[in-house]
Formats: sequence, structure tokens, C-alpha cells
Amino acid sequence: MTEPVYVGLDMGASRTKVAVIDRHGVLIGHAVKKSGIDFAATATFCLDASLEMAGVNRDDISDAVATGYGRNNVAFVTEKSKTEIGCHAKGCHYSFAGEITIIDIGGQDNKIIKLDAEGRRDSFKMNRKCAAGTGAFLEEMSSRLDIPLDEMNNLARQATEMIKLGSYCTVFSATEVLENIRHGKPVADIIKGIFYSMIQRVLEMDSLTEKVVLSGGVVAHNPYLVEMAAELIGRPVLIPEFPQFTGAHGAALYALDAVTNTGEDSKKL
Amino acid sequence: MAQEKQPQRKKIEATGQMMKIMSDYFYDLNDAAKAPDRKVAWCTSVGPAELLRAMGFAVHFPENHAAMLGATRMATELIPEATTIGYSPDICSYLTADIGAYLKGVSPLAKAYPGIEAPPRPDILVYNTNQCRDVQDWFSWYAKELDVPCIGITSPKNFTNVTDILIDDVTRQIEALIPTLEKISGQPLELQRLRETVALSRECTELWRQVLETAAASPAPLTFFDGTIHMGPAVVLRGTRQAVDYYQQLLTELTQRMTDKVGAVDSEKHRIYWEGMPVWGRLRQHSELFAELQASVLVSTYCSSWIFPDFDAKDPIRSMAKAYLGLFIVRSDSYKEEYIKEMLRKFHIDGIIYHDAKTCPCNSNSRYGMPQRLEKETGIPSQVISGDLNDLRCVSDEQTRTNVEAFIEQLEERR
Ligand code: SF4
Repeated sequence: MTEPVYVGLDMGASRTKVAVIDRHGVLIGHAVKKSGIDFAATATFCLDASLEMAGVNRDDISDAVATGYGRNNVAFVTEKSKTEIGCHAKGCHYSFAGEITIIDIGGQDNKIIKLDAEGRRDSFKMNRKCAAGTGAFLEEMSSRLDIPLDEMNNLARQATEMIKLGSYCTVFSATEVLENIRHGKPVADIIKGIFYSMIQRVLEMDSLTEKVVLSGGVVAHNPYLVEMAAELIGRPVLIPEFPQFTGAHGAALYALDAVTNTGEDSKKL
Repeated sequence: MAQEKQPQRKKIEATGQMMKIMSDYFYDLNDAAKAPDRKVAWCTSVGPAELLRAMGFAVHFPENHAAMLGATRMATELIPEATTIGYSPDICSYLTADIGAYLKGVSPLAKAYPGIEAPPRPDILVYNTNQCRDVQDWFSWYAKELDVPCIGITSPKNFTNVTDILIDDVTRQIEALIPTLEKISGQPLELQRLRETVALSRECTELWRQVLETAAASPAPLTFFDGTIHMGPAVVLRGTRQAVDYYQQLLTELTQRMTDKVGAVDSEKHRIYWEGMPVWGRLRQHSELFAELQASVLVSTYCSSWIFPDFDAKDPIRSMAKAYLGLFIVRSDSYKEEYIKEMLRKFHIDGIIYHDAKTCPCNSNSRYGMPQRLEKETGIPSQVISGDLNDLRCVSDEQTRTNVEAFIEQLEERR
């Protein structure tokens, strides 16, 4: 008989992530896919892929918790949900003990969450209703420049200078970028400015404590952004092993807690 | 947070009576606008309504009409009408919704009260800028459009103490309104009538205070969301007998609830303070959202702003000046913070929600560091939600839900 597993489903506005953990909280399976328009189908796909990676099947699931924008759309898996703030906090606290500030940068939103040494939330902030500082901003710039994101990371590293963008607004920023291109400014310098603008918008949301953890899909896919964040903060930042899965991992940890606390295996599926 | 729980909220029985007196009020206004021997004044919510009532004016409050546009979710469609004539979507969405409704020829009154087509046509517009400059701009637009006089009080702002110098200033400004009002009403101001009106206003706001203070009980018998509805008479019928009678009835019901330990929210677990304006088009959703989480949003600056302990029939005009200056919105942050701290203590609050309303900076107190300062001093956590009073384009339901749920999770963790 296989060991029971615990599942976290992070139904983000742009990507769906599923994490499968064992009874020690260790991530043993994960999958990610664009959320698209059919949340249920995407959740099913990611669930099965992550279970397969963990070498278990649906019957082995002891409990599951959903989080993220579409957390209430996966009742066929679980009706239990927690906010993404709670799940990111839980996931990051699992990886990094002690007092931390979490900066999570997602496709559609970003958050700054402060935890005390016990992992309890002191405060959290979400971005205002604006694309500034989110993955959507980078994606828009990448499509305007017609340069894929990973190439943008490489180009930014080759910059000799940085061209700062002056605006909050994604549309105004895009105009500024085009303006700079027209003036013959080096693309690498412009791209460095794009990354700077993005991380700056996030950092100005709140003050930071000593230990800073970066998480989220944008962090996972943009190593240059991490380097720049560390440079701006003035000290190294901590990155979980799977930054894109901290929310899903946290949700799975909540599922594990629920079973541990009640001593019951709720067999939701 | 589990979503399967059904919201549990208790209905207030006196609501029927409130609807009736509000209906009588709107029909009377409508009649007054048509009667050749009656005069109509438009007044800002904490403008000199006592003076106007004592001089026989039927008084219409455009802010009340604008809030109705918000609550009926008509506002968002109407705001662009005002934008096209030059009023930015970034300014007061009461102003833009109300002017938009006028331009479009629609009103929520028409739907709610058969026979009424629109707000009553004014004979004079009277403002007090104690809340913001937008009210003056708003009334000035109508003054031109309808060719009626527009007069008002230009209030001092951002002071901590209501000093004699300030009271002298506003007293003189109120007195200066009288000749114009007498000319329009066709009758001189009778001091005795003004005293009676001020006495009724005092009585009304005293009862309203007692109503709101029932929420200090645990569980709280009424919520902020109930308050935003039941404050109607305190806003539009200040200075009348009907308002006094109504609040006596409401107070009796709520006192009984307190005795019976009946909470407005079932199994109240978290006690929340609301700072800022309501999102009128989302009152029900927000009320349900908190109730689902066993959180009672039981007190607010907004509803408490219609408590005026300074009204004094013995010195009516000067006490009016004092009352209008005493308003929370017109005071400095240091006064506001002391005020909120006292409320947190009195109502045994666990957490504060600040509503940062995009188009009303004066009622958005989260923009100058207040949440951080208060949290540091009191240890009571807070959360800012972005939204707006009327313009639902500035509201993200999903963001609000996530913020509120995560905030309540945070309070749970700290219990
Ligand atoms: S206080 Fe705010 S909502 Fe009220 S009239 Fe002024 S700007 Fe508009």
C-alpha cells in the first residue's frame, strides 16, 4: 500500500499549479499549466500529472486544499480553500524558518507578506488594481518588443547602462520603450530599465525585514529579476527550491495540517 | 476559508418604518417643488440644514441621491456622461454620477417612488466645504445649469482643535447666508423656530449615537452595513420630529437584541472597524462576505459622522458652527487618530478595514500613513482595500474577497 499524499491546487489567474506532498511535507510531485478558460480541465490535467510524478494515484490522496483566483472552481477536487496569501506564507515558512518578508510576483498580482518567527502573518499587501509590477507588465513588454522572456533576461545582463522608465502605467511605459527605440537607444539598456521598473514597483509597496524571500512564477522564470532585486535590496535574497509552487505547496501543507489536527483522513475524492 | 457556509445576517424589523418615513420625505420634496408657495433648497450633508428647515425650505441632499445611484448600481453607467463634459473620472463619483443622471434624465427615485420623476428643482443651493471642495464644484454646476443662486460656507480644514477663532469664522459665514435665504423664502428667520429645529437635530443625533453604541455589546446587534441604510433619516431628516421618533423605535429594537444577546452576525468571532466610505453598489456582497467569515463589521467613522453633540438650542447658530466644524472629515490626522483609538477601545475591535476610495481622497484615510501609525500604537492589525463609493470600475471583487479573507485568516492565526 502506498503512503497517503496531500494535494494543494493553486488556481492562479494566469497559471494553475498543483503540488503533491508526503506526510512530512516534502514536495514529491508538481505540475503547472496555463489556466486558460476551462479551470476544471486544467486542474484535472495538473492534478494527474503531479500525482504521476509522485508515483501515486487519486485514491492515495488523503486531503486537498485549493487556493488562488479560481479556488472556488475546483469543488470536484476539494471544497476546502485558503487564500493565496495564507498559502504563500505557509509554503515559504516551510522552506525558511524565522522572521521573513515574502515578495511574491505572479502573473496578475503581487504581494508582500510579513511573517513573524512562528510563521504567523504580521501583515500583507497586495498590488492595487494595476499591472505595474506584475508578470502582465513583463509579458506586455516582451510582446511589444517581440523578444521572448528568457531572451530578455539574457539581453538585460549585457546592458552597459540602464534606461529608466518614468511611468507607472503599462501603456505609457510601452510608449516610452518605443520612443527609446526610435531614438536608437540599445535594446539591452531598455530591457534592463524594464526589469528595474517592474521590481521597483513591487519594492515600493512596503518596507522589508532582514530576510527576504522571493517567490512566484515570474521569479521562477526571470533569474535576472532576482539578481536585480538582490542588488536593489542590498543583500542576497532567498529563493525556495520551486518558487512557482510555494502557493500550491502551502495549500498542500494546510491539507496535511487538517488531517494531522483532526486525525482524520477525509478522502475528499 | 471554506466557501460553503451560508451568510447569516439578522434583519432589522424597524426597516419598514424607515422606508415609510423616507418615502414620505421624498414625496413631500416632490410636492414642495411643485407648490408655488413652497421653496426647495439643496444642501450638502453637513451643510446648514437646520437653518434651511427653520426657514421653511424643503431640503434635498444631492449626496443622498448620489448614494442611491450607487446603491442601485446606476452610477457606473452615468459617470461617463459627466466625464464627456469635462468632469474627470478621478474626482468625486457622487458628483459625476449625480450630474450624469441629470444629463441622462434618470433617477433612482423614479423607480422607487411612482409619480416622482427626478430630484426636486431647487430654488437655492447651499453648500459647506467642510467635507471637500467637490461639493462646491458640484453645486456650482447646477447653479449655472438651472440658473439658481448658490451660496455656502467655506470651511477651515485640517485643524486639531475646534477653537473660538474657527467657530467665530463659521458663525459669521452662517449669519451671512441669512439675508439671501430670507429673500428667497420670502420670510424672515424666526429665532424660536431655529432653536426648535436645532433641538430636534440634537435629539436625533443623540439617539443615533445611542443606536450606534449598541454595537459595543458582544455580540453586536447591528453592523456598519445596517448603519449605512438606517442613517438615512439622520442625514435627510435631521431637525424633524419624524427622525427622532424613528430612532427611538430603532433603539428599542436594538436594546432588546442586546438584552437577548442577539448578534447581527451569527456566532460573531471577529470585531471589525470600517474606516472610509461604503462601496454602495456592493453593500450586500460585503455584508455577506464578512458574515460568512463570522466577522462583524460593527462600527465605522462614516456612520458615526452624523453624531453632533454640539448642537445647542440656547445658542443655535454658534452651536451649528461648532457642530459643522466638529466633523471628523474636516479635522487633522492627529485628531482623527485619537478619535479612532477611542472607538477601537470602546467597541473592543480586533481589526480595521480601510476603504481607499479612488474618487474620494477626503474619506480615504489610508493615504498618509495612518494605518501604520495606528497599528504601531494599538497593535490592532489593519488592511486597506481599494475600491470606490460609486464607480464600480474601480472595484475588484476578487481582490476585495482575497484581501478580506486573508485578513480574517490573519486575525484567526493571532487569536
Ligand atoms: S466627501 Fe467625498 S464623496 Fe463626499 S462629496 Fe466630497 S468627494 Fe464626494
